[in-house]
Amino acid sequence: MAVFGTLSDRLADTFKNLRSKGKLSAADVDGTVREIRRALLDADVALDVVKAFTTRVRERALGDEVNRALNPAQQVVQIVNDELIQILGGQQRRLEFAKNPPTVIMLAGLQGAGKTTLAGKLAKWLAEQQHTPMLVAADLQRPNAVTQLQIVGEQAGVPVFAPEPGNGVGDPVKVAKNAIKHAIDKQHDVVIVDTAGRLGVDAEMMKQARDIRKAIDPDEVLFVIDAMIGQDAVATAKAFQEGVDFTGVVLSKLDGDARGGAALSVASVTGRPIIFASTGEGLSDFEPFHPDRMASRILDLGDILTLIEQAQKQFDEEEARKVAEKLASDTFTLEDFLAQMQQVKKMGSLKGMLSMLPGAKGMREQLENFDEREITRTEAIIQSMTIAERRNPKLLNGSRRLRIAKGSGMTVTDVNQLVARFEQAAKMMKTVARGGVPQVPGMGPIPGGFGGGRGKAAKAKGKKKGGSRSGNPAKRAAEEAARATGVTPGAGGGSGFGLGGAAGAGGPSAEELESLQKLLGR
Amino acid sequence: MAERTPWSLSGALRGMFARKTIDDDTWEELEDALIGADFGPDTTEAIVEHLREQVAKYRTTDPADLKRMLRETVEERLAQYDTTLTLSNRPAVVLVVGVNGVGKTTTIGKFARFLVGHGRSVLVGAADTFRAAAVEQLATWSERAGAQIVRPQHEGQDPASVAYQTVERARATGAEIVLIDTAGRLQTKAGLMDELSKVRRVVEKLEPIAEVLLVLDATTGQNGVSQAQAFIEHAGVTGLVITKLDGSAKGGFVLAVQEKTGIPIKLIGQGEGIGDLTGFTPHVYAQKLVG
Repeated sequence: MAVFGTLSDRLADTFKNLRSKGKLSAADVDGTVREIRRALLDADVALDVVKAFTTRVRERALGDEVNRALNPAQQVVQIVNDELIQILGGQQRRLEFAKNPPTVIMLAGLQGAGKTTLAGKLAKWLAEQQHTPMLVAADLQRPNAVTQLQIVGEQAGVPVFAPEPGNGVGDPVKVAKNAIKHAIDKQHDVVIVDTAGRLGVDAEMMKQARDIRKAIDPDEVLFVIDAMIGQDAVATAKAFQEGVDFTGVVLSKLDGDARGGAALSVASVTGRPIIFASTGEGLSDFEPFHPDRMASRILDLGDILTLIEQAQKQFDEEEARKVAEKLASDTFTLEDFLAQMQQVKKMGSLKGMLSMLPGAKGMREQLENFDEREITRTEAIIQSMTIAERRNPKLLNGSRRLRIAKGSGMTVTDVNQLVARFEQAAKMMKTVARGGVPQVPGMGPIPGGFGGGRGKAAKAKGKKKGGSRSGNPAKRAAEEAARATGVTPGAGGGSGFGLGGAAGAGGPSAEELESLQKLLGR
Repeated sequence: MAERTPWSLSGALRGMFARKTIDDDTWEELEDALIGADFGPDTTEAIVEHLREQVAKYRTTDPADLKRMLRETVEERLAQYDTTLTLSNRPAVVLVVGVNGVGKTTTIGKFARFLVGHGRSVLVGAADTFRAAAVEQLATWSERAGAQIVRPQHEGQDPASVAYQTVERARATGAEIVLIDTAGRLQTKAGLMDELSKVRRVVEKLEPIAEVLLVLDATTGQNGVSQAQAFIEHAGVTGLVITKLDGSAKGGFVLAVQEKTGIPIKLIGQGEGIGDLTGFTPHVYAQKLVG
């Protein structure tokens, strides 16, 4: 695992060669799917589950469900994550209580899965919620399991029903049966039955578990499984499903560094929901299961996912399209520009966003040079204009400019610069939107950019080296734009702000739109 | 589940060897079978590649040859390391470590019985002072095995001091072999791993430690490597014990563990009975695994 680094890193490598296309090619998807397959296997997800899973991901990635807010790499990751969460949490649910108490909960699982410890945790958790649970020592197999449960019960402050000494003495079925009567007498509303650990292949022990189940007719049968389990998770889970037909799953030892692919295997093979996660040796290290956290743990994709989430939440596809159309039809105004800028701002810190991109480590320096307040200042200037002025900058005479400068706390020079940059950029973007090459002497394709202004963009651009230039003019503009913002085109940077990749059906193409986004974002 | 042969790949490989010649499907099935046995993607790739070379070299198309080659490859890889236990020191101190629930206490019980059966006097130290009733569990096992036990003087006593007292007692009574049980700990818990280093350090003040056995559960997946690496670093593991091989898990990850760490497998546990512990023989293991 450590040898290959995280999936995030490996995917970043795979994506390095990908250009920011609106749609994924079959080869792109295959490469990505291969990496995902390997990562899932490394995370101990069962092979059959991996196969079914990757097939579905592949289909979806090649299908039409393309999210325009994301670049290809992110698209695949997002599909993967969606699918993962769907399997893990499609039917997430809470513990079910019986209408007529006591609610009977039976625990089952392999040896050493953590049943006895879990019994204590569950009891404590229920007691905290004003229930009056009782523990039942029906593990009469393992030496001193009964004693262990008694100690655990004492720590949890919950009574333990243990009529038999254990260590091979006594009939667990009888104990479980008597326990229910005892609970009714003593008015306990929840009964937790701890059973002996057993192997899925042990027919005799599985029959015993089935007999216990029959005798006590539990409301919940929880299958406790170690998060570290490997490929055998499927065989074991199936055996227990056939044997005792559990109603829910508890994942234990999640405080280790196992990725816990078993969760995915068990959930998808048995269709039973994972209800709890056990995360430590203390009796309170216990929590309801969070499918989303588990999904990112299995694939180790935390950072990328956060980024995708942010981009998705904030990116208003419609808005972008409108702007593109306006540009093409020559009606782009300062008002639209303001709206664009606010959209970018909504996504939170640009520096933060950029640094989350895979491969973004190399551009820290450029990021440091980027002053986010610049956007706020530009925003203030535009907001100090009247609606009429925003729609028609030509109205801006000397006295209006002075008023705006005072209103926004800037100088007239700043206002002048903004207007000049706007006109320049609008002109250039219009050219780009129509597929032409922007001609701005001395300034490179992006004339200082908006907001960023004051030569910073040019400075940043100067630092950036390498990376081939596309022969396609529009694409080159996009690359230049990416460079100017300090994003390497190779590292999925085409949508540095999560704005790119917007494919246009008719109207402006994806790349053009993307380069616009870039300029506006700047 | 009943028709499964415990921890054997033979079921998974049946389709593959039933065919007349080696073709693409054969390779795919072989890969699937190995991954299904927890060999992990890397080891699987390495083995399949090696076998492809072998098959090309000997120009064979007979699946039976492939099966033999697979068995030999697995055996060869397992046999690279010395599997003998060094217990010549008197007293020979053996520290048993591992994550929670892998079967450390049970292994000690069985190991003690094995040694007593060979006429050795055994003293076990209950240094798992953390888990509820762990001391009692060990006491029951040592009674069954006919070994003496040193218990902590009070609840929650420092495990290192229990270990020290155990070795001290062994010197006083002339017990030949000392088995020290430790609390299960996940390898990610730095504090608990340091505790293990301390146990080791403290014991070494009296006697050199003969063996540090890391118990690994056969059902474990690729996390086994991470476990082994952490325990080697903190406890100086000298041998592996694979438990729960009587289940349906095949424990293929041990190959990766052995190769990545260079630590040999020394014992295997195959049941809850007191006699269900045997030494590790690569040949037998490979034979059983491949079928």
